[in-house]
Amino acid sequence: LCAAVLLKDMKLMDVKLGQLPTWLAMRDFTPGGILGAVRRGYDRYYNKYINVRKGGLGGVSMVLAGYVVVSYIWSYSHLKHDRRRKYH
Amino acid sequence: MLSRLVLRAAPAALRNLPPPVTVGVLHTTRPLHTTQQCLAPLPPLPEKGGEVRYGLIPAEFFQFLYPKTGVTGPYMLGTGLLLYLLSKEIYVINHETVAAACILSVIIYGIKKYGSDVAAFADKLNEEKIAKALAVKNEAIKDLETAIEQEKKEQWRVEGRSYLFDAKRNNIAMVLETNYRERLLTVYNEVKKRLDYQVALQNLKRQKEQDHMIQWVEKNVIQSITPQQQKESVAKCILDLKALSKSAQAAV
Repeated sequence: LCAAVLLKDMKLMDVKLGQLPTWLAMRDFTPGGILGAVRRGYDRYYNKYINVRKGGLGGVSMVLAGYVVVSYIWSYSHLKHDRRRKYH
Repeated sequence: MLSRLVLRAAPAALRNLPPPVTVGVLHTTRPLHTTQQCLAPLPPLPEKGGEVRYGLIPAEFFQFLYPKTGVTGPYMLGTGLLLYLLSKEIYVINHETVAAACILSVIIYGIKKYGSDVAAFADKLNEEKIAKALAVKNEAIKDLETAIEQEKKEQWRVEGRSYLFDAKRNNIAMVLETNYRERLLTVYNEVKKRLDYQVALQNLKRQKEQDHMIQWVEKNVIQSITPQQQKESVAKCILDLKALSKSAQAAV
């Protein structure tokens, strides 16, 4: 009774490791597709952590932590000069 | 929320989807709101969001590592990662580290101390908003219910229409009957007048004929009396009278 689900419609968690490149290749990379993916991701995050009766701190703090990490990565080339040892 | 449900139900729905029906045509035989994707009425907001540990890491991560590494897995991972970053100086310690530590400690102290109060205040605001929306909804429901009752009352009133029409019909029947009888009376009177006229005419005619005939007979009789007969009759009358007077004298 279990009909085979197409590879391109499977969710990421169900994709086996060997099928990953094919799965990535079959995704929708048009601007509309990327926009749709961003909107889906945003909706998922929003509805899970923010659009609730008693929202907690985690919803906002995770976004801020992500921002901190990304800005650290972008400014790493400047921070490299503050290293104590040159060779690790 | 609906997008999440769509994402979760997509494989199942692909199996269970009924044959597609064009949007413009709505057959009344097609059952509505039976597929998983259409939930009506809208499900209520979830009480709490997804669980987040230490304010940074979603609990699903701990669950993800639990089967392979047990409870301490994520913590060992975190410690190892931190040491790796420090030793390879992927995370460099400089003045910004000190600043970040001070800021973070202040933030955490503030949250621990005033977190619950702020949460209670926010909850109160939310409650007020929800209460207002609920009040509007209940108001609308009440108004609609009174409208329904009034509508039912109007329908009940409409049932009395039949009595009204019966009364009107009776009135009209009476008026018709009256009219008919009036005309019948008129006809009767007219016919009687004509018949009376004919009767009077016949009476008159016969009377005139009678009178005329009597006059004519008298005239002829008087004419037929010759003078000779007149003298004889007068003499006879005198003799009769004398005889009578004699008998009368004798009686006395």
